[in-house]
Amino acid sequence: MTMSAADSRHFRMHLNLGPQHPSTHGVLHLALEMYGENVLDIDPVLGYGHRMHEKMAERRPWQAFFANTPRIDYACSLPHSHCYALLLERALQIEPPARAVSLRIIASELNRVASHLLWVGAFLLDLGAFTPILYCFDDREQAVDILEHMTGSRLTHAWMCAGGVTDDIDEETVLKIRAFIRRMRARFRIYERLVTNNVIFIMRTRGIGVITPALARSCGATGPVLRASGMACDIRKVAPYGGYDQYTFDVPLGSDGDCLERYRVRMEEMRQSLRIIEQALDRLPGGPVRTKVPRTLAPPAGEYSSTVEGARGDVTYWAVSDGSEIPYRLKIRSACMGNLSLIPELCRGMLLADLIATLGSLDLVIPEIDR
Amino acid sequence: MDIDMLRVFWSVVLIAAFVFANATVMGYLERKLAGRFQRRLGPMEVGWHGILQMPLDGIKLLAKRMIVPQQAEGLIFRLAPVISLSPVMLPLIVIPFSPVLQVVDMPAGLIFVLAIEAFGTIAVFLAGWSANNKYAMIGAMRSVAQNIAYEIPILLVALAVALMAGSFSLQQIVLAQAALWFIVLQPFGFVIYLISGLSECNRAPFDLPEAESELTAGYLTEYSGIGFSLFMIAEYTHMFIICCLATVLFLGGWQGPELPWHEYSSAIWFFMKAYGLMFVMVWMRWTFPRVRYDQLMKFAWKYLIPFALVNLLITALVVYL
Repeated sequence: MTMSAADSRHFRMHLNLGPQHPSTHGVLHLALEMYGENVLDIDPVLGYGHRMHEKMAERRPWQAFFANTPRIDYACSLPHSHCYALLLERALQIEPPARAVSLRIIASELNRVASHLLWVGAFLLDLGAFTPILYCFDDREQAVDILEHMTGSRLTHAWMCAGGVTDDIDEETVLKIRAFIRRMRARFRIYERLVTNNVIFIMRTRGIGVITPALARSCGATGPVLRASGMACDIRKVAPYGGYDQYTFDVPLGSDGDCLERYRVRMEEMRQSLRIIEQALDRLPGGPVRTKVPRTLAPPAGEYSSTVEGARGDVTYWAVSDGSEIPYRLKIRSACMGNLSLIPELCRGMLLADLIATLGSLDLVIPEIDR
Repeated sequence: MDIDMLRVFWSVVLIAAFVFANATVMGYLERKLAGRFQRRLGPMEVGWHGILQMPLDGIKLLAKRMIVPQQAEGLIFRLAPVISLSPVMLPLIVIPFSPVLQVVDMPAGLIFVLAIEAFGTIAVFLAGWSANNKYAMIGAMRSVAQNIAYEIPILLVALAVALMAGSFSLQQIVLAQAALWFIVLQPFGFVIYLISGLSECNRAPFDLPEAESELTAGYLTEYSGIGFSLFMIAEYTHMFIICCLATVLFLGGWQGPELPWHEYSSAIWFFMKAYGLMFVMVWMRWTFPRVRYDQLMKFAWKYLIPFALVNLLITALVVYL
């Protein structure tokens, strides 16, 4: 739609998308300048979900922050806890036992599958398909049920700790996980027919919201968003942590960088996660699940950091310790913030419907941005 | 004279009752079917298997206060739901449910139905504009463009059928299908009609005016209580009109195997066909995502209208040769 500069000045409409809106995945406020159905400019207003997690870190003992880490990104919370646990283990120079390492991987990958399933459903709901989200939640229910058996909660899993995990899993849970893997692999066929080959879905997502590798790098996008643009950067391969280098899995790469590619990358990632879980279950060693750590942790003074691959991208924690049992500073880098930075660049001249599709395809969890 | 007045009176009462009964039944069916398509049960709590859900929802909506925003145009805002209901109740007087169950068989019944249906667009636009809400306005503008664009294929396809039947009277069109239903002779016309009809009702996959995930209910955003329920009743009735017209034009209306009291009971065949098409509409809503606005308009102007024109041309050639 062509418009002259004079036209756009006269007929600009300011529209607030959010903070209460069915499609902004949380309390995101996008102040849009629109010309008819085209978006001219976007100004994201953040902070509606700020919960001061980093401030809380400065007030509590190190080990108490494990209550906060799952709540930062509640859709895929175990990688956050994993990241913080790795940070503490690096600082305190302790090694978790082999069984704990495997269990952490199993739980993190299950969480990744659950998170991607949630994303598929929500993305299709944004596009107007009301049915797939219920199918996805049906599958997700199985995964979340298993996680509840393992960790005690369905969503915010307080299970990892410095030195390992707090509870072991039993034979019944292992059987359940294997059943889940079998079931999920059969379910992918349903998704192929209902979603992937759906002509309207392809019309709505192919060529929409194309992110070039250069743009992704300059905005700091990570995770499936980056990989769909063609850059092979998965922390589990690039800088392996927590035992991932012992497992064989592929990192799905896209080339077009449009919404359809991001969808395909995430579907493939689910399959690879199932592969990792299977290998981990096959090789699950026996033994304890937790090394003994002192009651109060007091890492020596200095700076520590760790990075993991969350469902949405790189999750990095930096901590500065002054030797006491309360952190001096904890900085959390959320994956979604980098992904959100792409939006103002991408969406000049885009139609509103395409903006919603692109926003959905970035898999944002706004409370992770606001922390 | 007396019989006529009695007839008019009963027709009015029955039509009004039917409109509300249809909305109740369709609302319940839609929610149950949606549940089944989504691997869940649908309403189960109220009454046996949720059968009382719609009447109770209707009572609930009636009891709610209709909040009129301060900045909205009060009179138009309150009138728009009523204006949306009238043009979808009127066509019911010309639809032939059976050989004798038709209130009045106008010689130009087809044109009457299509002309009156067009008024629905005005109601949607008034609703969106009077709400003084940008989301509602976007929804209303989308709806106007969409309805205007998709009316044309409907007109062209209906014209082709009228050519084949040789009359605009709906009863005559049904009788002309005694040998062979028009769907066999005009399959493309049927498909074009169904797609355009879905779009006329603002039903998914063309439900942009009330695109929930983009516009938080579009032109319906500011409506609550009785306003909302009137719009919903109008939407279901509009769906019913579209399906009735499809049945009359393509599926042979009330034609079907002989039943006792055929003059009245052939309405059963009519309703079976019409509700079969309604089921297809509900099915499509819960299966497909929404098309984008410009894709919608492109589809109408660049594909459906040329196809409908070609269809009309071929029909005209075949009929007159």
